[in-house]
Amino acid sequence: MSIVIEELTKKYGEQKAVNNISFEVKTGEVVGFLGPNGAGKSTTMKMITCYMSPTSGDIKLDGLSVLNQPEEIKKKIGYLPENNPLYTDMAIVDYLRFTAEIQGVEKSKISSRIGDMIDMCGLGVEKHKKINELSKGYRQRVGLAQAMIHDPEVLILDEPTTGLDPNQIIEIRKLIKKLGKEKTVILSSHILSEVEATCDRILIINRGRIVADGSADTLRHQSEGQELLTIQIEASGGDVHKALLGLPTVEKIDALEGKEGFYRVQSKPESFSRKAIFDLCVQNKWYLMEMTGIETRLEDVFRELTN
Amino acid sequence: MNKIWIITKRELASFFDSLIAYVLIVIFLGLSGFFTWLFGNNVFIMNQASLQVFFGIAFWSLFFFIPAITMRMLAEENRAGTIELLSTKAISDWQIVVGKFLACVLLVLIALLCTLPYYITVSQLGSADHGAIIGGYLGLLLLSAGYISIGIFCSSITNNQIVAFLFALLIGIFFQLLFDVMGYTFRGGIGSIFNYLSMRTHFDSLSRGVIDSRDLIYFGSVIMAGLAFSQSMLSRRNWSA
Repeated sequence: MSIVIEELTKKYGEQKAVNNISFEVKTGEVVGFLGPNGAGKSTTMKMITCYMSPTSGDIKLDGLSVLNQPEEIKKKIGYLPENNPLYTDMAIVDYLRFTAEIQGVEKSKISSRIGDMIDMCGLGVEKHKKINELSKGYRQRVGLAQAMIHDPEVLILDEPTTGLDPNQIIEIRKLIKKLGKEKTVILSSHILSEVEATCDRILIINRGRIVADGSADTLRHQSEGQELLTIQIEASGGDVHKALLGLPTVEKIDALEGKEGFYRVQSKPESFSRKAIFDLCVQNKWYLMEMTGIETRLEDVFRELTN
Repeated sequence: MNKIWIITKRELASFFDSLIAYVLIVIFLGLSGFFTWLFGNNVFIMNQASLQVFFGIAFWSLFFFIPAITMRMLAEENRAGTIELLSTKAISDWQIVVGKFLACVLLVLIALLCTLPYYITVSQLGSADHGAIIGGYLGLLLLSAGYISIGIFCSSITNNQIVAFLFALLIGIFFQLLFDVMGYTFRGGIGSIFNYLSMRTHFDSLSRGVIDSRDLIYFGSVIMAGLAFSQSMLSRRNWSA
């Protein structure tokens, strides 16, 4: 099921939480929303799930509009809200049965769906416990189970791995990847490694606008630009700093503070300095102890775009 | 209809799981039983095979109990954020509100059914006016439904149960007492409007055994107004600011 978002805007009073964003998500794509707190990720998700209606613009799921056919859309979406609110006074099985009934799962299939969800989310041992007796990780699993109980075509997960321990995080990621093969998944997070590990495509949102859109690799490439190296040179004599700056491909040299002989070298755009630095050392009989390329991390891309 | 029943079922189960239902039924039976059979102007002193005493007590005790059962309905959902989960399921705001309303009505109905032994006893004691008793029960049920509807509306405007409770009592006291008093105070047209707005007027006429369409229309309108306001409060997240 494809999702088309057209010029979506949501205002809270005077403030624009989401400011004229448009994008498209294809069937079977796993898309990650990334952005600092208050960027508009949750608001966008709330509009896709028909919890709030947009101030202007439209969202279409396979041609169904949130403005006109919310009832139809809600049947096809599974939603895990932020903070995972649940009826804490209900037992897990009862709660899942309640959700299945509301979502219109056929009576004859309800029990088997509940069984599937309990296996899939690893709730077997705890299934008769009340939700308020569960740890945060288990509650999160219940949240995922209730979102998937009616086998929706679209899954909207708002920060699905908060509060989970590292093992659970890996399990949930695997689960999301598996689901992403048949379903359209949109998840939000501010954990970059998570988005990188699970999503085919990343949307970085800042102050209600989309500031970047693409796979993790494309985003990294876009912001990489110039070559950046860390080198360590052991010199018996001569001015290393000046000599390096004399190289035609080098744009900038910084001596690293507190570390004898370490420099950070930035090359000019579209040029590479590794060979030239090596040759320079050979000519001057210096020892080149270390030379490492610095790869742009998604963290840097994120900081650059959202600061 | 089916969706409404799912909500009703859950809410009823939650009343009984959390013991609220048992506590309320026990207190309601205790209070009404005590005053009907043992204390003050009880049935034996009145020396009539009627349940007027019981209806008088129930009229007031339901007035205080109902805000206590309705205060949780939407205020708690607002506080815990579960309303977001519920409203993104394949169910409309109207179905949610009506489902919760029916659950409360059923709880009150169960409490009222528990007083059927009173009716049986009274009719053994002498020749009871069955019409008045049936009318009285119907009146109590409609009165409760009216207050439940008001209570649910009060619960929908806040995320604090205490606020919902007090606000429901505040609105309730107008219908219970103040409109009646104003009906006597003011003369002419205004007085009769207030008189018409008072729950007591309509309850009294029903408990005399007269089932008049004006009373039914009155209770029906109070119920529908409360539910409609609750629904629009639920949908307020969609209002463009």
